[in-house]
Amino acid sequence: MSDLAIRSYLPPVIEVESQDELLEVAMGPHHPSTHGVFRMDVALDGERVVRLKPVFGYLHRNHEKIAEKTTYLASMPYTDRLDYFCSMTNNWAYALAVEKLAGIEVPERAEYLRVITAELTRIQNHASAIGFLLQEMGASGTPLMYAFREREKILDLFESLSGSRMMCNYMRFGGCRVDLPADWLDAAKLVVAGLPRFIDEIEALLTSNEILMARSQGVGILKPDLAVNAGVTGVMLRATGVNYDLRKVDHYGIYDRFSFRVPLGEHGDIYDRYMLRVLEMRESVKILEQAIPQLPDGPILDPKSKPRGFRPKPGEAYGRIEAPKGELGFYLISDGTGNPYRYRVRPPSLINLTILEDMCLGQNVADVVLIFGSVDIVLGEVDR
Amino acid sequence: MLGEGILKGLAETAKNFAGSFVSEDRLTTVEYPEQRLLPIENTRDFPFLVYDGEDPEAGLRCVSCQICEKECPPKCIYIVKSTDKKPDYVGKPQFYPARFDIDISVCMSCQICVEVCPFEAIKMDTEFELSTDDRFGGLILDKHKLAKSNEHFQRIHPTEAAEVDARLAEEKEKVEAKAKAAAEAAAAKSAAEAAARKADAGSAGSNAEGVKP
Amino acid sequence: MNSATLDQFFVLLQHHVAALFPTVLQPWVSMILGVVGIVAVFPAIFALTTVLERKGLGRMQNRLGPNRVGPFGILQPIADAIKSLTKEDIVPRNADDVVHFLAPVVLVVAIFLGYAVLPVGRNMVLLNIDAGILLFFAVGASTELSIFMAGWSSRNKYSLLGAMRAVAQMISYEVPLLLAAVVAVMMTGSLAPTAIVQAQGGFTGIFPHWYVFTPWGFAGFTLFVVAALAETNRSPFDLPEGESELVAGYFTEYSGFKFALFFLGEYLGMMSIAGYGITLFLGGWGAPFSFLTFIPSWAWFFAKLFLAIFFFIWLRGTLPRLRQDQLMNFAWKFMLPLSLLNLCVAAAWRFLGEWLGGGTVAELIRWLVCAAVLVLAYVLLARTLLRQQNISPRSYRYAD
Repeated sequence: MSDLAIRSYLPPVIEVESQDELLEVAMGPHHPSTHGVFRMDVALDGERVVRLKPVFGYLHRNHEKIAEKTTYLASMPYTDRLDYFCSMTNNWAYALAVEKLAGIEVPERAEYLRVITAELTRIQNHASAIGFLLQEMGASGTPLMYAFREREKILDLFESLSGSRMMCNYMRFGGCRVDLPADWLDAAKLVVAGLPRFIDEIEALLTSNEILMARSQGVGILKPDLAVNAGVTGVMLRATGVNYDLRKVDHYGIYDRFSFRVPLGEHGDIYDRYMLRVLEMRESVKILEQAIPQLPDGPILDPKSKPRGFRPKPGEAYGRIEAPKGELGFYLISDGTGNPYRYRVRPPSLINLTILEDMCLGQNVADVVLIFGSVDIVLGEVDR
Repeated sequence: MLGEGILKGLAETAKNFAGSFVSEDRLTTVEYPEQRLLPIENTRDFPFLVYDGEDPEAGLRCVSCQICEKECPPKCIYIVKSTDKKPDYVGKPQFYPARFDIDISVCMSCQICVEVCPFEAIKMDTEFELSTDDRFGGLILDKHKLAKSNEHFQRIHPTEAAEVDARLAEEKEKVEAKAKAAAEAAAAKSAAEAAARKADAGSAGSNAEGVKP
Repeated sequence: MNSATLDQFFVLLQHHVAALFPTVLQPWVSMILGVVGIVAVFPAIFALTTVLERKGLGRMQNRLGPNRVGPFGILQPIADAIKSLTKEDIVPRNADDVVHFLAPVVLVVAIFLGYAVLPVGRNMVLLNIDAGILLFFAVGASTELSIFMAGWSSRNKYSLLGAMRAVAQMISYEVPLLLAAVVAVMMTGSLAPTAIVQAQGGFTGIFPHWYVFTPWGFAGFTLFVVAALAETNRSPFDLPEGESELVAGYFTEYSGFKFALFFLGEYLGMMSIAGYGITLFLGGWGAPFSFLTFIPSWAWFFAKLFLAIFFFIWLRGTLPRLRQDQLMNFAWKFMLPLSLLNLCVAAAWRFLGEWLGGGTVAELIRWLVCAAVLVLAYVLLARTLLRQQNISPRSYRYAD
């Protein structure tokens, strides 16, 4: 390979402007707080950030190419590993896309189960995100441990439901794979009953903490028009004040049957994102308190579906849901065979990361890590 | 007032500190390996092959249809079909796997092989302490290591095993009922035939007497 | 053994052992015994503190701390010591070897010097100098020199950055620290720690005359504690050692025993400043209630020291850290004016006491006046500080 060809896929070299004497720092990929293997090439003028180039791809696992070579069903366990915190919502987004492609109906009990598991996932994701943000702020892990204590309870529920704590592989095209075990609903009711107290405790510890406010208010501001132009979704978008929650916009699943509100921020800074995650956790608890008693009996899988030999007719579909991190979408093109012709994941973490530089310019280098943490990414989704 | 939030936070931490001495909810550590959590029933780790009865070779349910090998996403199963056949749980002669290897360093515990198996032959085990120091073959489980009895399956997944046993018993009953009905029908038919032949022979005999040479 | 002998147990022990030697050598032996006592006791408390910190943080976070090495993990510091002693001592090629080696030594020596004038119990102070407080603060300020030596000698731009930030932080918090301490000195009229402790030794009824129970003493104590946290780089002011920052700061290039020495120096400094805070405001080795004086004085001192250490651990487990510029803002725009005002309030307290004479009404008036002035100043300064940085509680709306 020629020298030019090698250079073309290396990350861009940052030229030093000698008259300014910028200090260049590479944060990562081995760094205690980059949420995985992620590198940021930051150029500093004193303490201010002048340039920031994110470098990722360290966790690329060829997910989309593998999906082209295997069947639709075999891709389902791989979607667990995209955003490995939220495997249930990843499964749902993929199942939604395939159901749109092949026109499969989902029975009602399965829809309820999907909503219940998705909201539980949202709660544990937001709790962990807050914990990690505070960990990076230097709170030596205390909010993180509290969040993980609650997360363990939710993961135990997932394990008794689907067999695995994190890689659930639970949704199928046309419903869910397996029905609830005998005492699952009672255990879930207990867990949900304990969640409001946990959220109150986290708020007592953190919300009016002056140090948290000092470090996060006015830091990492994102303007609404830039957010919309860049395709940012999820908590980051709502923190800027734009009212866009796919559960209300797309009316997918049976979310219309539950009454819940969508909190909106105003300033678009880190504190808004933190508070929005707390408020969204409360709304998710409300949804769970409505959904669990209403769970109907019935089949959990479309009777016409079978695990092998799934061959949808040629066509294309884009299925998207409001994952805890943003809009998670799957774009599928089918050519009539058992393998998809094109399988594309719209990763919310990656698209929310594209404006990292804009948010960090002019900020202190100590805040770069905080801003990065408030975006709430998972490298499995960024790199796929 | 400046400091109010900090004081609230300090109170919260103090509550947790004090609570960790009195309530189990505030001290959730389980000191593995001396203490262990109760295993959850539906948990899944790596697959195993089920055999009925005492003999792992004769009672193995797997008929080497190779469906799990085809459907496995990371392709961690390797099967070599046998050339002869052996009777299965209803007595019908079936192939069996001469070789059945699962590479558990590749297996991602997705459980699709269990879902697609038509013969209830492969199920998910719950053992996870499988570390070995043999990096060149220690993580490839062959047929002998994978075959575990139905009693083991009933112990680790009681609800699922009860369902599977009920289903297999039903199948066996149906097959036996059909065989019994077929046997009865065959017996009735052969009895009718024998009676008809006897009648024929009798009439043929009487006919034979009447026939002049 | 009655309580007086128990109280003077170590002093008597020192005398008896010194008496075994010829008269010419006795002062030397006495001094050496005192030094050995300090060098043995305080690092032992440091070892205990590391375990207590990890277990305390663990309990606050709903988990156990270390509990494998010895019962309840008490022997964990031995394991840590063995680990840091057997690690390879890496010195960067470009580093200035002599300065690199001397930096932790200077730190530890300076910190130990500060213990020489700390009164640990009745008659239990190594050097009874008239200017003890002055010696402590002078020697404590030279720890900043060692930090700068560490950052400079590593010839590493990140270490240098970290060192400069740490030094800036420590220098800016020296001023409120000193001014807060000066209040106690001013009201006692002497720089000798033993005199300050004795001035707080009286009791009215069962309550002691500790300075912390007066408005200016309370304010001074709070300021002293906050400034002490910043001096010793403890949470929430531990930006120089922040893990999520650029690197580990000024001790990036240190490994093995030298790193252990930095760690030792930092914790010893924390205990030494806590000890002086106790001496200045919490009555030193005095008992909190008059009926508890039978417990030996050194027991009270160490009990208060452990309470202070626990408080530091509690803060570490709860609070996130402040950013560098916010830290400096806080020091110069909030703590400095407040500590200056505290000096004036202390003076007013004294003179109000003289002008109004004695009696409960007079006491009440001077209490109310001084407390009101301090609270007003606190609220006004806090509001200015927060408003300047646009920090305020927020409410959120929901989409309709």
